Amino acid sequence: MIARRAFALSLAFLLGGCSGIQSALGRDGRHGEIFGGLFAIFLAVTLFVYLIVIAFLLAGIFRRRGKRQDGLPDEEGESREASLRKGLIGWAAFIALGLSVLTVASFVADRLMAQASGPDPLRIQIVAHQWWWEVRYEDADPSRTFRTANELHLPVGVPVQITLMSNDVIHSFWVPNLAGKQDLIPGRTTQIALHPTREGVYRGQCAEYCGLQHARMALDVTVEPVAAFRTWRTQQLLPAPLPRTPLQQAGLRYVETRECGACHSIVGTRASGQVAPDLTHLASRRTIGAGTYPMSRGHLYAWVADPQSAKPGNRMPHIPLEPDQLHAIVAYLETLR
Amino acid sequence: MTAKISPRDHDRDGEKLQGEALHFRLEKTWSREPGLWGWLSTTDHKEIGRRYIVTAMIFLALGGLVSLLMRLQLASPESGLISAQRYNELFTMHGTTMMFLFAVPVMEAIAIYILPLMLGTRNIAFPRLNAFSYWAYLSGGILLWAAFLLNIGPDAGWFSYVPLAGPEFSPGKRTDIWAQMVTFTEIAALAVSVEIVATILKLRAPGMTLARMPIFAWAMLVVSLMTIFSMPSVTLASGFLLSDRLVGTHFYNQYEYGDALLWQHLFWFFGHPEVYIIFLPAAGFVSEIVQTFSRRPTFGYTAIVLAIVAIGLLAFGLWVHHMFATGLPRVGYSFYTAASMTVAIPSGIQIFCWIATMWDGRPRFQVPLLYVVGFVITFVLGGLTGVMLASVPLDLQLHDTYFVVAHFHYVLVGGSVFPLLGAVTYWFPKFTGRMMSERLGQATFWLLFGGFQLAFAPMHLSGLMGMPRRVYTYPEGMGWDLTNLLSTIGAFIVALAVLMFVVNALLSMKRGQAAGANPWDAPGLEWATGSPPPVYNFPHIPVVTSRTPLWDNRAKLPVMTGLRVDEREQLLTTVIDARPDLREPSPIPTIWPFVASLALAALFVSSMFTPWAVVIGTPPLAAALVAWFWPKSPDVTPEPVIE
Repeated sequence: MIARRAFALSLAFLLGGCSGIQSALGRDGRHGEIFGGLFAIFLAVTLFVYLIVIAFLLAGIFRRRGKRQDGLPDEEGESREASLRKGLIGWAAFIALGLSVLTVASFVADRLMAQASGPDPLRIQIVAHQWWWEVRYEDADPSRTFRTANELHLPVGVPVQITLMSNDVIHSFWVPNLAGKQDLIPGRTTQIALHPTREGVYRGQCAEYCGLQHARMALDVTVEPVAAFRTWRTQQLLPAPLPRTPLQQAGLRYVETRECGACHSIVGTRASGQVAPDLTHLASRRTIGAGTYPMSRGHLYAWVADPQSAKPGNRMPHIPLEPDQLHAIVAYLETLR
Repeated sequence: MTAKISPRDHDRDGEKLQGEALHFRLEKTWSREPGLWGWLSTTDHKEIGRRYIVTAMIFLALGGLVSLLMRLQLASPESGLISAQRYNELFTMHGTTMMFLFAVPVMEAIAIYILPLMLGTRNIAFPRLNAFSYWAYLSGGILLWAAFLLNIGPDAGWFSYVPLAGPEFSPGKRTDIWAQMVTFTEIAALAVSVEIVATILKLRAPGMTLARMPIFAWAMLVVSLMTIFSMPSVTLASGFLLSDRLVGTHFYNQYEYGDALLWQHLFWFFGHPEVYIIFLPAAGFVSEIVQTFSRRPTFGYTAIVLAIVAIGLLAFGLWVHHMFATGLPRVGYSFYTAASMTVAIPSGIQIFCWIATMWDGRPRFQVPLLYVVGFVITFVLGGLTGVMLASVPLDLQLHDTYFVVAHFHYVLVGGSVFPLLGAVTYWFPKFTGRMMSERLGQATFWLLFGGFQLAFAPMHLSGLMGMPRRVYTYPEGMGWDLTNLLSTIGAFIVALAVLMFVVNALLSMKRGQAAGANPWDAPGLEWATGSPPPVYNFPHIPVVTSRTPLWDNRAKLPVMTGLRVDEREQLLTTVIDARPDLREPSPIPTIWPFVASLALAALFVSSMFTPWAVVIGTPPLAAALVAWFWPKSPDVTPEPVIE
């Protein structure tokens, strides 16, 4: 049993190299590297302590106990009170020493993490809502700021400073492959630094229980080369492309005249609502509904036709649409690249 | 007022009054009326303790059933078995039930039953308060579960973070019910804590100095003081929450100069001590069991007691480690990291002492000691993952993931439930007069131990692989499928084992082998009287000369005499040296604590609907309390001063 668990834990540790898209063991950012090192130290020390305890326990259970000369069990036994007392003192000292090592290691790791972000970081602001992430890329030039939702694109090797706020309840920002978590607390502003070091596609998820759809509040993170990031950023700054086919044009009309535009905004159109995710480049995202569905035509149909089915309780109401309206809207949304 | 002077002295236990005659006199004095009325008005600590234990165990079963539903839902990704709303209610009910209605009360329950016996007295201090506390606790439990069955159960988590639990994001009655349930259990827990402190400090048998007290009593003394100091914090927190929700105050409203983090500070200032309030009694169980089954006095008595006191103090300096992700100042965090790690020192000392007792003794591996072995293996692992979580950089990754779920189940189930089941097996003959089946008990232990490891060991991995807590479902392809399936299988094995434990208890109650006064050859005073004990506990109050009185006085336990037999009377002793001090009457049974608890329940429940209920509900409660405390008629005869 013990061996199995020890094995399981060390297995988890070894898995670190090939972890998934949402793993605390992923060493895909500076913080992850420090975390991995610190976790290894803790694992080694605690496993060592554990083995000592188990060895002592087994010794206590299986120790051969003395018999008297006449073969009867020794009633008094040989008391080892004094040696046990020494053992106790040694044990306490050993624990104190071990804890000191771990405390110092933890403190050092914490300082290293605080310094892991560099100068002149990419600045992003995230506002959490029940149950999605509003992302705003900041820039000294206001015309170069833009909004997106439920996705982050980050240039590899560039420090990132994210300002975190909440619009309603407490949420927690957590992209485990890149760094630990940071709560978003209404009425407060918090910060988190990231420093991705490896390209890849990751997933973050709200880590503080925030109500009904806490489970479906994910964030797609793409860490890409600086050039690709620049391209993406330039793309995001553009207004939505104009619809070309009559069907797409009809879709835009419905989006502007039906309920959609009251909550969602699409830059370059009359849809300018601010309470729901920005849709300007919706079709370029990986998922719909904060990670509820992968992005695809079928899922767009499913989401627009009945947003309450896959993510019951989310704030997007069911809007009864005629089939031709639905076709048109989805056709238009697909152009939002 | 002139006191009536009786022509004769009162009858007392002593040379002249022995055996059957004494038994009948004492039984007549201490027994209650038969029937429902007597049942409702009893003040016997054993009867109330039994009720408390059974009720807490029922809540354990309910909380466990809820967790099985959760595990079914999580057995596979994207499962549609349980809706998001229902799942959120389920984990709220699981946590709330286990923490407020099972773990804390069950420890108090065992103490209520066993402590007066261990300490060698006839009843707990303030027995009417004891009765009241049970009814208040029961009311809280019924409120919560009735609400759940009526589909208005709380859904904001057992920790009810604001603003999610506040008026804006949790409209309706769900969170009000949660908060009022907390109020009920606060009252119950505070009442019991006061009784336990008074019982331990003033009702010990003569000669049982503080330094000769059983370690369990030390643990309960510390735990009760911790409860007294930490409960006001959650009382304040839930009071603020209720007043924010019901009368529109703004304690937690950040837009009106309130603060959402105030809740977390107040809640965890109680919430962290609470986990030690749950663990330390278990440390007491372990000490008692290890001593008896190793046939050797516990090694390092002083070290263990000091460790218990140290944990009790440190527990109040750790609460911020629940809040590492909230963005408080980093330097402050370092203090809480160090403080949290420090707890490992007293815990490690205790573990050493228990293993050393076994090592140096001649252990009999019967069921209670098996639970202790399971406890050491499991609890130490949970403690070590706790050391990991004390580190800020590690916690920021592992916080609110399944790693934490694994950690605290190792600590709470391994650290408290295993010893509890061992303690129930150990004291079962005292409770019922019969032994639990050893064979079935061993099978239960192994099944439970294996099932537990299967359920919770994989959660470490789920958490490291990024699975957050409190999610009703998770996507495919995250690598969490297998670990979750294993956890679900393990959970059902645990459930089967618990069922076997219950079956064993029920069967043994009827058909178990009859136990004598001291079936385990244990050293504590609770084994110096019959199993089950007579209503008056001891015919004569024992006199204690060592830490292990029944081992050191095998021929005859010294006793003291002189307590009245026709009135409920108890001996008060001095706080430190337990020298005989005073003879104190013990209250007779009365219905008023029950009536008072009904009035209290009516007040609390209706106050969720209108603030006027506080005004209208107070007079009945006051009336019940007045009747409860009505002075006895002055027929007390002036007593001759003894010696």
